[in-house]
Amino acid sequence: MEMVLEVLSWISICGGLFFMLVGTIGILRLPDVYTRLHAAGMTDTMGAGFLILGLCFQAISGMMHDHPSWWTVLVRLVLIYAFLLFTSPIATHALARAGLAGGVEPWTNERGEG
Amino acid sequence: MDDRVILKVGAKILIPFILLFALYVQFHGDYGPGGGFQAGVIFAAGIVLYALVFGLDRALRVMPFKVAYVCGALGVSIYLGVGFVAMAMGGEFLNYNALNADPAKGQHYGIIGIELGVLVTVFGVMLALFYAFAGRRRIDP
Repeated sequence: MEMVLEVLSWISICGGLFFMLVGTIGILRLPDVYTRLHAAGMTDTMGAGFLILGLCFQAISGMMHDHPSWWTVLVRLVLIYAFLLFTSPIATHALARAGLAGGVEPWTNERGEG
Repeated sequence: MDDRVILKVGAKILIPFILLFALYVQFHGDYGPGGGFQAGVIFAAGIVLYALVFGLDRALRVMPFKVAYVCGALGVSIYLGVGFVAMAMGGEFLNYNALNADPAKGQHYGIIGIELGVLVTVFGVMLALFYAFAGRRRIDP
């Protein structure tokens, strides 16, 4: 049981780190504001989601025996994820709106090829 | 139809939780990371978010300039007050041990009072700073 939780936890954390890495490369490499926003949004939802899932498994496996109030950590992690689900799309939306209002032209392929 | 409906609804959902989280940080400061300064900043951030989304005029109706100034002064007064109460009860200035017959309890009361003072002052000053910058007129060259 302990072993299974540990393995699940590390798979989730590594998955989260992978999405974070992809998102970071996206922010550095993509051509304009809107495409970079897309990369940043992916980082928040998938990367942070998997990381928090992994931490949930850690909380269950590591604290179940020693701490009678282990579930409060779980509740906090779930709440953090719930608020992240609200705040990060709203922040992305606000940034995209600000970009549009500031007159940033969306990037297009200059040669007009698909 | 207002075109900023997503921001407005999102802010309306989030602001109560931001204010509640500030109180959590405040009262959890005894046991974990947190305390008066962080709580004051988070509390002010809730009001700043309201001002950013709904406009400065509406924010000024919720929290007028005066509230910010009065809070900034009131917190320092609470801080000093705790110090003088400790003096009045026979200790030195800000000696929490004198606040109660049991020194451990005295420390507890003292730190709660001090943190409350810090919360109120930081909230007031942060808000006053934001209002001071947000209220400036744009100067066209």
